[in-house]
Amino acid sequence: MIALQTLGQSVHLASVETILAAGALVLLMIGVFRGDRSLVPLTWVAVGILALAGVHLAVVPSAGATAFGGLYVADAFSTFLKVIILGGAAVSMVLALPYLVQAATGRFEYPVLLTLSALGMCLMVSANDLLTLYVGLELQSLAAYVLAAFHRNEARSSEAGLKYFILGALASGILLYGISLVYGFTGTTSFTALHGLVRGAGTADLGTLIGLVFILSGLAFKISAVPFHMWTPDVYEGAPTPVAAFFAGAPKAAAMGLLLCVAVGAFGGMTVDWRQIVTFVSIASMLLGAVGAIGQTNIKRLLAYSSINNVGFALIGLAAGTREGVTGVLFYMAVYVVMTLGSFLGVLAMRGSDGTPVETLDGLAGLSRTRPGLAAAFAVFMFSLAGIPPLLGFWPKFAVFQAAIDAHLYVLAVVGVVASVVGAYYYLRVIKSVYFDEPAPAFAPADSRTNTALLTLAALFCSPLGMLAITPLVGAAGRAAAALL
Amino acid sequence: MNFPVLSAIVLLPLLAAAWVLLAPGSEDARAANARLTALVVTLIELGLGIALWLAFDTSTAAFQFVERIDLFAPFLSWHLGIDGIALMLIVLSTFLMPFCILASWTSIERRVPEYMAAFLLMETLMIGVFAAQDLFLFYLFFEGGLIPMYLIIGIWGGARRIYASYKFFLYTLLGSVLMLLAMIWMASAAHTTDIPTLLTTNFAPDVQVWLWLAFFASFAVKMPMWPVHTWLPDAHVEAPTAGSVILAGVLLKMGGYGFVRFSLPMFPDASVRLVSLVAVLSVVAVIYTSLVALVQSDMKKLIAYSSVAHMAFVTAGLFVFNTQGLEGSILMMLSHGLVSGALFLCVGVIYDRLHTREIAAYGGLANIMPRYALFFLLFTMASIGLPATSGFVAEFLVLLGTFAASTWLALGMTTGIIFGAAYMLYLYRRVIFGTNADPHVLAMADLNPRELLTLLPIAAAVLWMGIYPESFLRPLRVPVAGILARLHHAAAPPQHVVPAKGQLR
Repeated sequence: MIALQTLGQSVHLASVETILAAGALVLLMIGVFRGDRSLVPLTWVAVGILALAGVHLAVVPSAGATAFGGLYVADAFSTFLKVIILGGAAVSMVLALPYLVQAATGRFEYPVLLTLSALGMCLMVSANDLLTLYVGLELQSLAAYVLAAFHRNEARSSEAGLKYFILGALASGILLYGISLVYGFTGTTSFTALHGLVRGAGTADLGTLIGLVFILSGLAFKISAVPFHMWTPDVYEGAPTPVAAFFAGAPKAAAMGLLLCVAVGAFGGMTVDWRQIVTFVSIASMLLGAVGAIGQTNIKRLLAYSSINNVGFALIGLAAGTREGVTGVLFYMAVYVVMTLGSFLGVLAMRGSDGTPVETLDGLAGLSRTRPGLAAAFAVFMFSLAGIPPLLGFWPKFAVFQAAIDAHLYVLAVVGVVASVVGAYYYLRVIKSVYFDEPAPAFAPADSRTNTALLTLAALFCSPLGMLAITPLVGAAGRAAAALL
Repeated sequence: MNFPVLSAIVLLPLLAAAWVLLAPGSEDARAANARLTALVVTLIELGLGIALWLAFDTSTAAFQFVERIDLFAPFLSWHLGIDGIALMLIVLSTFLMPFCILASWTSIERRVPEYMAAFLLMETLMIGVFAAQDLFLFYLFFEGGLIPMYLIIGIWGGARRIYASYKFFLYTLLGSVLMLLAMIWMASAAHTTDIPTLLTTNFAPDVQVWLWLAFFASFAVKMPMWPVHTWLPDAHVEAPTAGSVILAGVLLKMGGYGFVRFSLPMFPDASVRLVSLVAVLSVVAVIYTSLVALVQSDMKKLIAYSSVAHMAFVTAGLFVFNTQGLEGSILMMLSHGLVSGALFLCVGVIYDRLHTREIAAYGGLANIMPRYALFFLLFTMASIGLPATSGFVAEFLVLLGTFAASTWLALGMTTGIIFGAAYMLYLYRRVIFGTNADPHVLAMADLNPRELLTLLPIAAAVLWMGIYPESFLRPLRVPVAGILARLHHAAAPPQHVVPAKGQLR
């Protein structure tokens, strides 16, 4: 930790963000001059920029270092999440191409906004100060509000954007209020300083505690945890499908990383205080996510509830508050992002014979007869999301349950497994539609080689073959957790 | 042994399943390829199973054919190995599989490659359960079995297949997840996921009770024990014939195997404490489900309830803590696997001809299908426990064991045997004897060579086990003695029985 650094050193350490910021501006310029027909090349340039940024993750010193006077930190923790963020954003860009071209909303802003959003997310997970956190979060959110309303001619999409914006702004307000309370009562916004100040239950005064509650509420909105989840199904349903895929993936991982930073990093001394909040939020999300999904007929809404449900499971690891728990959450988010992106890729691949997107659960009927490969991929994702071994999706759940048991949170663990059985019901419903029902009208064949390849990769990752990734992934997540704790 | 024979026997069906699914060609060619591949691979598996049996050393308590690769650290490792109990159940699984494929040869017409792939996957998971030496590897196989069975019931099942498939999946999943939590607790308390190490770990008796109950939740559902048996009749009735065979023949044995492998030796104190719970549930099950079986009008449902009753014998025998009871129970699992599998195949034979499972639709088959009547008689008698059939040896040993522990328990079990004879003979009389004027029934052809080929080997095995059970008992002896030693450690009743005293205890 060096207090005084040259600007050059700081910029070098934050090269990922620098590249993303510069890249986004360049993309914007190209787009402005070349117009919407540049969508496809711009997308691939944006992917290149994300990849370049990914390569620069290697400059992060393994011990971690701070920059910009302690506002910014680059360590194994942020690196782990940045890989997920950059990957998630890149896939979200690519998977949207056929959709955007088809839907005649192929505006060049899409890759630009996603790049800006990725920049915001990278800042979020590298935040070492409540203000950096806020700046990153807002940058990510503003881009997301625009993306939600990307189909600006369509009422559903505009409604989704507006709803997201109003509720998001409210959440940001709550978050800022919490930050100001914490600053008022402790005199600092730095994570490092807070970590030193707040030690053990009862050492923090009531104002700090209330501030923490507000901060957690604001962040719970971003990860769409109950009771701040109401926007999720509406926004996912209304937003264009590729945008919903993006929302469900990388931003969730980034916000979860942020929550870990704040809870375990900054307020690590108050674990006993926030554990009850996290436990409640976790149980409520798991149960509501599982029960709420049962009545859904739209697959995007169903996946929205699925993400609420999964966030609840990931929070079990946070409730444990141990290094093992943080490892579990990080592992969970890594696998979750792949499963979710895979499911949305599947949804994108479903188009009726006239090319219109199919979004209802009934529309999936008999998919296994008309598109066996796609159906098998769907089955893999659904069993994986339901957490049935030997599919990879089981193991993150396993990891967080292990953390909970080691932290003696037996009630939470039992509620968690029961919720996973309830949740299994609606994932089975999807498989039932796909495999058991008589075929609905035939589907159009796959329209994009890239998407098919991505779908295949995601399905292979979630299949039992993905278990070979357990050792490297958990190892990396463990190193990331060690950087935080 | 250098050749990883257990990995081979576990993974070969998986590879075959992948080939069956991905093979190119027209629909008919793929179907033919799927049937042939599945048959050949299951026969190779049977060969490997028999080779294991022949190469197995029955004199040692150590796990054999052990393989270990730390492939999935830190969560679990690829760790396989078998003892005599696992060996016999693997042989049973590999023995039944070719007949399942043969029984589905013509009766499955739609989506044949998927069907065969599901069965091959099922074989991998079944053998994996019995061969796993890592706690979570066991769980993986145990739970993974739900996926192919869910698809088998849901895609190729009867009219109420969707309800039955959901019930099967969610019921068993709910039981298993509690066991998962207990496993996680054990693994972190003992700092190992290694089953042989855990077998010698002594947990505190109070903790054992909780762990035992969590495992019980899973195994009791899988077994199934009364009152959590209700998924079984639905699943059996709706499943296609071969699905019922696997369900009754092997999947139910996973519950019994779980008791033998985990509950008894890992939690001996809890087992001794909770013995009355199991005894009461077993007696209720054996009498209640036998009475329920007596009034069924659907053949498959009747056999499903009889399975519950037979499984109650297994649980009763396991929890009397003596050699006869334990060996009898394991033999009962093997015998029931063969007999109920064969009975479901018998039902499948006439279902394929008349497309109904209603008992009332049949009658007079002794005249129309004499060869069929003969086989059905043999398996009915084996189910009742007639001497010279496998059922007799198993029931006799279990009764001997239970009698030593408690005469009241033995009384309940014997009542169950009498009821068992009643419902099976009643079934036989209604289906085989009497007269029938229905032209469709009269037109039914006797067993064709393929059906003969499926029933004949099972009949031979049933008689072999009934006449010379030593072949099957020998591999069990050492592991059973090991389990009893663990139980004795927890102050269990005397181990060996002298069946002479006639007073009520």
